[in-house]
Amino acid sequence: MRLPLTLTVNGVAYPLEVEPSTTLLRAVREHVGLTGAKEGCDDSECGACMMLLDNRPVNACSYLALQAEGRTVTTVEGLAADGNLSPLQQAFLDHGGVQCGFCTPGMLISATALLARNPNPTEEEIRIGLSGNLCRCTGYDGIVKAVLSASSR
Amino acid sequence: MTRSYTAAATIEDALAALASGARPVAGGTDLVVGARQGKAQLPESIVAIHCLAELRGVGVDGDTLRVSALTTHEELAEHALVLERLPALADAAAIVGSHATRAQGTIGGNLMNGSPALEVGGPLMCFGAAVTLRSQAGERSVAVADLFAGPGRTTASPGELLTEVAVPLPPAAAGSCYARLEYRQQMEIAVVGATAVVAFVGDRVAAAKVAITALAPTVRLVPAAEEALVGSNGGRAAAELAAQAAAEASEPISDVRASEAYRRAMAAVLTRRAIEAAVARARGVAVPVPASRYLHAAE
Repeated sequence: MRLPLTLTVNGVAYPLEVEPSTTLLRAVREHVGLTGAKEGCDDSECGACMMLLDNRPVNACSYLALQAEGRTVTTVEGLAADGNLSPLQQAFLDHGGVQCGFCTPGMLISATALLARNPNPTEEEIRIGLSGNLCRCTGYDGIVKAVLSASSR
Repeated sequence: MTRSYTAAATIEDALAALASGARPVAGGTDLVVGARQGKAQLPESIVAIHCLAELRGVGVDGDTLRVSALTTHEELAEHALVLERLPALADAAAIVGSHATRAQGTIGGNLMNGSPALEVGGPLMCFGAAVTLRSQAGERSVAVADLFAGPGRTTASPGELLTEVAVPLPPAAAGSCYARLEYRQQMEIAVVGATAVVAFVGDRVAAAKVAITALAPTVRLVPAAEEALVGSNGGRAAAELAAQAAAEASEPISDVRASEAYRRAMAAVLTRRAIEAAVARARGVAVPVPASRYLHAAE
């Protein structure tokens, strides 16, 4: 039984119809068509699906899409403004924070959420903050350097 | 397969849905993940309660902290009064999952999930917290110590919704700590956990509570550990006696994360560390929150 849902993603309202069990990740990737957020573990362990829900991080694979009605969802596609990368995105490029790229959307969202709460984190705070985001390339060093550099801008 | 979903606009809506068999969802961090892992299917009928403004917020009422059911672990861990007066609760809330888990997961859902490894359970039991359970028939208060019936089971009936957790504030001369054995600092649940709350009068422990986590079918209080502490000076010898009592009260399982024997051995270590940190805090020594990370590095 599909139910109506208006899902607001990156400032755009999408009228959808989804099953009660449809996750936010599935709704955004398959119904809206924004495929930046990834399905990694589908189990809230890897963080590849991470989005912002009312500006706080959520593992979208484990959140019911219908619960996002009336709220704002931000995906990695929403981080750039007017075609300009966010300082954090630019820092990932500058510091080699991207290898295969699969974890990158979740890393960027997670780090964006971290910096929103703690604009000047220590390296340890960054590593703890990003601990719910797994990089199977093990490229953490570049990622942490990128977040450190973006935080001091 | 979930066939029906409603978003409750009022508590009464939610209670009516529960009375007709629906299960509540708030942050989804246990319910939806559990369905993924095959632990349980998603319920046939779901009532979402995340929009209920009446179930949000943390307030103070005399000497009681009133924590509404939808309070997230993040909110709890950052709350000034929790950090000041109930640091064991902050120790626990600050190490649940990752920051995404803490931003979405609620205290109500966490308690009603009834995990034997539930981080905030020990602190709430030791502080003497009680939950309010509401149903269409009325409401009742249940001590957190009486809430858990076994792994994943509570004493609440299916029509009851946890609406609030009332936490009595301990006296200012008290200290508390929750510490867990963990293989990594985040994205982890307790392999073994221990909570201690101590209150001093002069240089003697006047009151104490100790609870063990992930060591029995439910989080449980250890009265024998409390007896070992009360009347003592809160020093190493008393802490070790209490820690031994905690190990003796343990009935751990062996699983992929630790053997029964290892858990039992670590029960004493973690309990001693929690007691020593609680004593230090009671004496005004700063122990960072969350304590686990700091305590393990310090030894």
